[in-house]
Amino acid sequence: MKKATLTVISNTALTRDVFEMRLAGAERPLPGSFLEIGLDGFFLKRPFGAAGYKGGILTVYYRVVGAGTEAMSALTEGSELEALTSLGNGFSAEGVTRPLIVSGGLGIAPLKYLADCFAEKGIRPVFVAGFKSASEVILKEELEKICTLAVATDDGSTGFYGNAVEYLKRNPVSFDRYFACGPEPMLKGMQRFSGNGQLSLEARMGCGFGACMGCSIKTVSGFKRVCKEGPVFDAGEVIFDAR
Amino acid sequence: MPDKSIKDTRIELFGNIMDNPVIPASGTFGFGYEFNDWYDVSILGSIALKGTTLEARYGNPLPRIAECPAGMINAIGLQNPGAEAVRDVELKKLKKVYPKKVIANVGGHSFDEYVKTAAILDSADNVFCIELNVSCPNVKGGGMAFGLDAGILEELTAAVKSAVTKPVVVKLSPNVTDITVTAKAAERGGADGLSLINTLVGMRLDLKTARPIISVKRGGYSGPGVFPVALNAVYNVREAVSVPIIGMGGVTCAENVIEMMYAGACAVMVGTQNLIDPFACKKIIEDLTKVMEKLGIDRLSDIIGRAHNA
Repeated sequence: MKKATLTVISNTALTRDVFEMRLAGAERPLPGSFLEIGLDGFFLKRPFGAAGYKGGILTVYYRVVGAGTEAMSALTEGSELEALTSLGNGFSAEGVTRPLIVSGGLGIAPLKYLADCFAEKGIRPVFVAGFKSASEVILKEELEKICTLAVATDDGSTGFYGNAVEYLKRNPVSFDRYFACGPEPMLKGMQRFSGNGQLSLEARMGCGFGACMGCSIKTVSGFKRVCKEGPVFDAGEVIFDAR
Repeated sequence: MPDKSIKDTRIELFGNIMDNPVIPASGTFGFGYEFNDWYDVSILGSIALKGTTLEARYGNPLPRIAECPAGMINAIGLQNPGAEAVRDVELKKLKKVYPKKVIANVGGHSFDEYVKTAAILDSADNVFCIELNVSCPNVKGGGMAFGLDAGILEELTAAVKSAVTKPVVVKLSPNVTDITVTAKAAERGGADGLSLINTLVGMRLDLKTARPIISVKRGGYSGPGVFPVALNAVYNVREAVSVPIIGMGGVTCAENVIEMMYAGACAVMVGTQNLIDPFACKKIIEDLTKVMEKLGIDRLSDIIGRAHNA
């Protein structure tokens, strides 16, 4: 956990409403950890998964969903942002040699960084990336270089017709641990699919570092904070219906 | 001649000499020890612990947080591990990084629960006073319900007083027509001090769905937007009662601390700002002597209630 002033290096639209922002000034994050970015005129900072780190530049991906991310999309190169970096835990990839990575929508962000980290170790994961439709697909070329990639779309406009979990049921993959991030229904689906993996959760947060209890969930081992004990949890641990 | 360049930020609360009047407010600082990862928390005047109930509570479903202009709404619902775990686990962890005395915050759903919880926390040696949370807007059939009716509040205060050995501070809700009425009721019930204000009930709606953002519809609004409301409440209560007041509500800087003390607070709690900037209390403490220097204040305790004689 660190307080830092980050500088926008680039801020580019990848689709109609998804942006890639590259930031200088952050320490190297653990894959699976996140940062909180402050925006002028907005009281709370916004949490974003660390989606890449190369040459001291940290990457995040975000969707414009409200006034805050709208303002964020207008930031230009050189803008300075107050941030809290290296928050939360991270994926446990120790000893994993045949990783399966599964994303839904923008859940791809922290998993892209995890895939980079596997690539550094010479491990090529199987990556199943689900999107709503072809127009939403991002990071395809980048991931194809370092992963065995399968794209699935809800409307079948490209790749497999269906979501990522359905893809896995039809196309069995051999893996020693999976790593998943995406909307809650998809994570529930992954939990039913196999207990041998880790889920990265999302939540509305107050502080992002464990103080406000705004993002607590129920788990089989008691209450845990998405921002502090998470955002990554063992798949068998999360009690979804209690949220 | 005393050295005028040395600023005295010490204050006294129930015989406990605090290095400064800055106390992180309950519910914004957990049980304190985790903030030691950001900075050395032993600089803090004291710490108000997360609201504690008799048994462990998960609290409300998510979402519990909604952003607002100049603040936020929360509806945590008193998530806590229960009184015995707070005394036997959390307070012991805190003691390792924070050798000073702290304030336990007690919530409940019945007289019996308040009394039992207070008695358990009263027995912790590093607790120097009990803050009675009768103003939490986020707990159904409890919390604030005990703090809005003067008669019930007086009775509850008396019941808790009779069960504990340490001073009792009643934390007042601003969600009343006249806060001096409940302030006087708590004083009649035997409160040794008052802390104010808790959060203001508020709501935000989702523009797309038209539904409240908070799962339980409404929650407590806090942040810099409430500071003038809080200051006015402290000022009015100072004129209505004689027990010590801990002022809070939207405090973000050392200047706000001075204003709260002018209005009549002898100590000041910093809440929501801890969530925005984990270093908030540290910065306020560091700035305090500079602001005293600028204003020609040598001893902070001299300014308590100054607004009433100005």
